Amino acid sequence: MALTEGSGKGRERASLPPWIKTTALTIGSIAMTMLGLLFVTFIIGRVMPIDPVLAIVGERASQSTYDAVFLELGLDKPLVVQFGYYIWDVLHLDFGTSLLNARPVSEDIARVFPATLELATLGIVIGIVIGVPLGVIAAARKGSWIDQVARVLALVGYSMPIFWLGLMGLLIFYGILGWVGGPGRVGIFYVDVVPSVTGMILVDAALDGNWDVFKNAFSHIILPASLLGYFSLAYISRMTRSFMLEQLSAEYITTARVKGMSEWDVIWKHAFKNIRVQLITVIALSYANLLEGSVLTEIIFSWPGIGSYITTALLSADMNAVLGGTVVVGLIFILLNILSDLLYKVFDPRAK
Amino acid sequence: MDTLLDIENLWVKFPTRQGIFDAVRGVSFTLGRERLGIVGESGSGKSMTGRAILRLIRPPGMVEADHINLDGVDLLQKSEKAMREVRGERISMVMQDPKFSLNPVMTIGDQIIEAYRLHSTASKSEARTKALEMLEAVSIRNPERVMRAYPHEMSGGMGQRIMIAMMLIPNPEILIADEPTSALDVSVQRQVLDIMDKLVKERGMGLIFISHDLNLVADFCDRVLIMYAGRIVEVCDADKLHDAQHPYTRGLLNSLPRLDTPRDRLDVLTRDPAWSDTPSVSGRL
Repeated sequence: MALTEGSGKGRERASLPPWIKTTALTIGSIAMTMLGLLFVTFIIGRVMPIDPVLAIVGERASQSTYDAVFLELGLDKPLVVQFGYYIWDVLHLDFGTSLLNARPVSEDIARVFPATLELATLGIVIGIVIGVPLGVIAAARKGSWIDQVARVLALVGYSMPIFWLGLMGLLIFYGILGWVGGPGRVGIFYVDVVPSVTGMILVDAALDGNWDVFKNAFSHIILPASLLGYFSLAYISRMTRSFMLEQLSAEYITTARVKGMSEWDVIWKHAFKNIRVQLITVIALSYANLLEGSVLTEIIFSWPGIGSYITTALLSADMNAVLGGTVVVGLIFILLNILSDLLYKVFDPRAK
Repeated sequence: MDTLLDIENLWVKFPTRQGIFDAVRGVSFTLGRERLGIVGESGSGKSMTGRAILRLIRPPGMVEADHINLDGVDLLQKSEKAMREVRGERISMVMQDPKFSLNPVMTIGDQIIEAYRLHSTASKSEARTKALEMLEAVSIRNPERVMRAYPHEMSGGMGQRIMIAMMLIPNPEILIADEPTSALDVSVQRQVLDIMDKLVKERGMGLIFISHDLNLVADFCDRVLIMYAGRIVEVCDADKLHDAQHPYTRGLLNSLPRLDTPRDRLDVLTRDPAWSDTPSVSGRL
């Protein structure tokens, strides 16, 4: 016994604690994935049949102006060196200047991304809060009326075009009933009333203690957030249902029933604990989808988010803005993946 | 012998597209403070009988019987809530494979403590002490460590001993063991059986031992019911199992390889359709 303990200590001294290794591996994998992403966006930027110099100087510029900008952009250097510059710039959050409004792309993104983050987060919260219990109940009462209702609800969510639902929602809840605010993030009288700290108006208003603005912003966000929430709910509730059905037929569920446990506890204390890992994947995917920006929703509700920003940039061949937006969206995907990996380890002892 | 459980004319039915399928067809037997074996091939209804006693057949499956009396009270008349008082506390069950019958994301300690606290008002620390005692009773070395461990860290034999500890901790009167050793290595089967036997005897419990292993049942039980196609075809004392009369039982026995009389080719069981039509033999004492 003493011998094994001694040798154990010796090994510990020789190598690093395990958490350092895990952290290093995680950071390494983030870095490698980011590098791959940057490589792809860089290549796209170079193979696009858009002359970046012409896009800046315009078609009627003289040859000398053209050459000057060509050199300024470093386009005379070898591709590898250009890629190096690109990485260097991105590391300094410099995505170049938008060709449309001549502002740094990073500033634009810092403005539009919080709008999407706010909308997507509220949307996914609605999707989880309603979708998960709905899926669990549908599985527990398989074949009952509530299961049928949940199925129809999800089917409608899958198949209804969002722009139609959005327009109908605006017509009914804003136009006719007047229950919610219309398009835009806040009413016109409340624009720029609270100082922008996070860029998310709900949070900024709460930080400022200005509840009038908060209420108004909430009345504007609730309809588009509910719509997005409904679409993620459709997916989340269906997946939850099938995960739960799989667990409820497992033998450990019989064990729990043999113990004399109530059906409610069997479902939530035993079966539900076993679907958390799968649920995290589904929710992370849904959330990433929403964070990418839902272009149609943003356009219908005049929501200045990243989805409509990238789309507008794409349509006007503003490559700096497109690539900058792409890098940000890619980064979000990577971070959400890492986050769900970490949560796996929390919720599943077998993943340790 | 006093009767713990008295079952009369038990049926388990499942509606299918082709009509109603009868998994168990009119089985009657009693259980005293004894080790009652139920043997039969796959699909003979032996597991269904065990689960029907605990009313664990999920809809659309149906359980019907004239009565399933536990101490003279019919379990079929009980509400689902009242039935929960019976499960675990009075009748418990150990299932085949501990790999699947333990919750993979809960610690073993939590699962055992939960089983105890469902039927007692004990505090968490009292339940913990009790769980440690119980783990020691099933010969788990280092119970403190096992309490913190997860099921995937256990071997099959340990897992099954943990299951036994968990199912016996509320001190039930009857244990249904549904193929408790089938998923285990032969070397640990005996050990697990011995532990189960010791605990069941110490506590004066009734044991229903469901198995397809004739030799094991002959060795381990007091009395044996042989089931075929949802019916009991023969009842005999375990030590006289090898002199059984029914052609099905004989067929099963003859299809077993024996070390003392080696044969090149074992008998194949030929089934007589008439067996499934003859009424069930009563397993009542």
